[in-house]
Amino acid sequence: MPDGMTEIPVRFTLNGAEAEAAVAPRMPLIDLLRGEFGLTGTKRSCDAQVCGACAVLLDGQPVSSCTLPAFEARGKAVLTVEGLAADERSAPLTEAFVNNAAFQCGFCTPGMLLAAKALLDADPAPSEETIKDALSGNVCRCTGYKKIVEAVEEAAEAMR
Amino acid sequence: MTEREFRTVGKAVRRVDADDKLSGRAQFTGDMSVPGMAFAKLVPSPLPHARIVRVDAARARAMPGVYAVLTADELVNMETRYGSDKKDRPVVAMDKVRFQGEPVAAVAAVDLATAEAAAELVEVEYEELPVVSGIDAALDWRGEPVHESNLCHEYGYEWGDVDAAFRNCDRVFEDTFTFPMVYHYAMEPHVCIASYEPGRIRLWTSAQHPFLVQAEIARLFRLQLDQVQVVVPFVGGGYGSKSYTKIEPLVAALSREAGRPARLALSVEEAMRTVRRHAAKATIRTGVMNDGTIIARDCVGYVDTGGYTDNGVRVTERLADRMPGPYAIPHVRVKSYGLFTNSTPAGSYRSIGGPQAVWACESQMDVIAHALGLDPFEFRVKNLVPQGEEVRRGKRPIEGDLEAALRSVADAFGWEASRERAASERTSGPADGGVKRGVGFACAVTNSGASPTSTSLARLHADGSATVFIGSAEMGQGSRSAMAQIAAEEMRIPYEKVRVVASDTAAVPWDRSTGSSRSTTLMGLAVQGAGADIREQLLRLAAEHFEAFPDEIDAEDGQASFKGETVAFSALVREMFGGSGGELIGRGYVTPKHPSGKLRQDPVFWEVSIGAAEVEVDTATGEVRLLRYYSVSDPGKAINPKQVEGQDEGAAMQAIGHTLLEEMLYEDGQLLNPNLVDYRVPLFTDLPGEFETVLLETGNGPGPYGAKGVGEGGIVCVAPAVANAVFDATGARVSSLPLTPERVWRALREQQDA
Repeated sequence: MPDGMTEIPVRFTLNGAEAEAAVAPRMPLIDLLRGEFGLTGTKRSCDAQVCGACAVLLDGQPVSSCTLPAFEARGKAVLTVEGLAADERSAPLTEAFVNNAAFQCGFCTPGMLLAAKALLDADPAPSEETIKDALSGNVCRCTGYKKIVEAVEEAAEAMR
Repeated sequence: MTEREFRTVGKAVRRVDADDKLSGRAQFTGDMSVPGMAFAKLVPSPLPHARIVRVDAARARAMPGVYAVLTADELVNMETRYGSDKKDRPVVAMDKVRFQGEPVAAVAAVDLATAEAAAELVEVEYEELPVVSGIDAALDWRGEPVHESNLCHEYGYEWGDVDAAFRNCDRVFEDTFTFPMVYHYAMEPHVCIASYEPGRIRLWTSAQHPFLVQAEIARLFRLQLDQVQVVVPFVGGGYGSKSYTKIEPLVAALSREAGRPARLALSVEEAMRTVRRHAAKATIRTGVMNDGTIIARDCVGYVDTGGYTDNGVRVTERLADRMPGPYAIPHVRVKSYGLFTNSTPAGSYRSIGGPQAVWACESQMDVIAHALGLDPFEFRVKNLVPQGEEVRRGKRPIEGDLEAALRSVADAFGWEASRERAASERTSGPADGGVKRGVGFACAVTNSGASPTSTSLARLHADGSATVFIGSAEMGQGSRSAMAQIAAEEMRIPYEKVRVVASDTAAVPWDRSTGSSRSTTLMGLAVQGAGADIREQLLRLAAEHFEAFPDEIDAEDGQASFKGETVAFSALVREMFGGSGGELIGRGYVTPKHPSGKLRQDPVFWEVSIGAAEVEVDTATGEVRLLRYYSVSDPGKAINPKQVEGQDEGAAMQAIGHTLLEEMLYEDGQLLNPNLVDYRVPLFTDLPGEFETVLLETGNGPGPYGAKGVGEGGIVCVAPAVANAVFDATGARVSSLPLTPERVWRALREQQDA
């Protein structure tokens, strides 16, 4: 920490549990999650809010944790892929990804699952077009997208 | 005896990495930490071509928290240059820089912020040189060349009497097509942790070819192979970008200098200055008879390999191999040239040289069909190489029935009906006539498989579970799962009982590489061999147990049976060792002399690629919308059909990128769009309304159960199929990619003016 910079105390909910940290003003949320909390499921890729690999849910909404200052999490609920995976209610979503071959290298998968969860929480019966629009902030370079759309459709049906 | 049914092969089993990858637990190189490791930052050259006059790292070295600065001066007591075919790439730039972003130095520090700050303090004085920009400039160059000359490699072949044949043709066509530089965008940029210790180097890296990296590092640092360990955790996408050796030598040298492990994680911008696909220019001259018979073809191709060779030699050759197309042509001449320019070095990218070659070949096929008044589909069918005949003289004959494959895609797509519908809509269409529809087709075969050399080990444990050891890197293609399936099938144990250990050179036996669609075929054969070795051992043990002959024993589901009695494999293993423990070890070798006899000829197999596209072109704006795309994938035997489809769809989507969107833009050697905002890759919203893979299982591959590789075929035909559809819709021929609205609009204007 260079001189003259004050760390900001941050209390927030992380994957359902109370969390506390002191962060530098410009520390992005991803560094807090990966560095301080060891939650390496959140991935860094484009650093430009295009790819969605770093997406986490902030009060249920997808955000790019590579650019969001960590202090913005103050008083809010952060959900990462580790939290999603631990929540049985999300099992139909992850299982749909398995059944439909909706992941390959897995680097985009954490952000993709979280963006899909946010969509399904808001719209339990999304159309194909709605799914494509809702996930257009998440890049997958492996699958060609079709199987992810099919997985989200299957998950929507299973969760209804 | 009835044929045994497969238990796991051919089924869409749950991937062995599913739980890790869906929970965030999957460990990629960037998720790892080694005690005491330093964080590294590159000092990139801002100039594309310059002599290095002086590097002064004194201020950077003096900065608190800096462990080391690596410059060319530190490259002592080691070899200094590396490369897969030509050792022309220095570990850090020596004497001169050849592309913008070339590392001139690297800093290792206590944390990344310190490394970044120190990198800014490294002073480099340059003497600028004229910049070689692109293929045309490289060919006609009078200034200082990039290397000793701008020629990296040349290649060619010929059969028949080409010049005489052209004189006897009814028509001769000559067309030139260009293909842009594109970037893989593996979502995980290159990342490496190196630990240099006396007499030993350990590397954790995002590499596709761990054993080639091991050999390169051993050579550079003058060590034996056993002194270099390369571990490849999960790889966040490869597509060729992590082939051969990339940042590993620099990180190892930096670790040596720092006296501690060092970690370098590139940004996307740095990755775009590490590797890309070769831009290309191809001119094809084709002589035909009026009935559509192709008589002669003369192809000249150039690829731009950038500042260093990287994989430029092979790409130059593959471009040439793939340019004449899957056609029976009596007179052929092909020449290809790889050229150095001042840009990011170009390496492997999914089907090396393939999309470039097929873009030219299959675009011209449509030009010819149109000029002769033939259906472009039937024109292709008429000229296809028949099954069992050579498509390249002296190479393996085509193992598949290409015409049947083409017809299967045309049928699924509804080629004739779609073509007629689009044509009738164009003539009787809406009054404004602004949006026009068209359909296009393309086909190709690509020589795949690289070298037929792999090994594998399998261990059947005392409880009946098994571990299989493979060299393949898991970069999404699902190799660990496919190998678990093959091993389970051969050992006659359930898929769920197999664990796969992969891509750690200290733990697994040697493999050449993960690329060229080779793993299922070649590592698959090695695993099949290792699994069969264990099965044979089990049968011998069971024969002893039952006092019978091995061929009287049935083995299935983890147990052996004879005349109604059964014994578990686990019991057989324990019996052999006379106690509670022990295990069986099986091995599989794959060499060109493999006992199947199927690996003697080059290539290992021909990968079939076919594409049918329907587009809508807005003639007012030039915008192309891809409405439908049909592809084919022939895995011979699909070990896991869902994953085969996924490979094909993913490849086709990457091709939609280079067809409609992607292009690295350079001006005077400066990369103008080094980020994902300005370099646009396909998104969900670019998914065509119909996006289908026709899965053929012809059973004619050299791999296990008749399997052969997939994964590259899907990327090859999209661009020409789409451009041919644009032509069908509008009559405008675009000869450069990507088909941006501006490019298409200009072609439409030229068409109107003509």
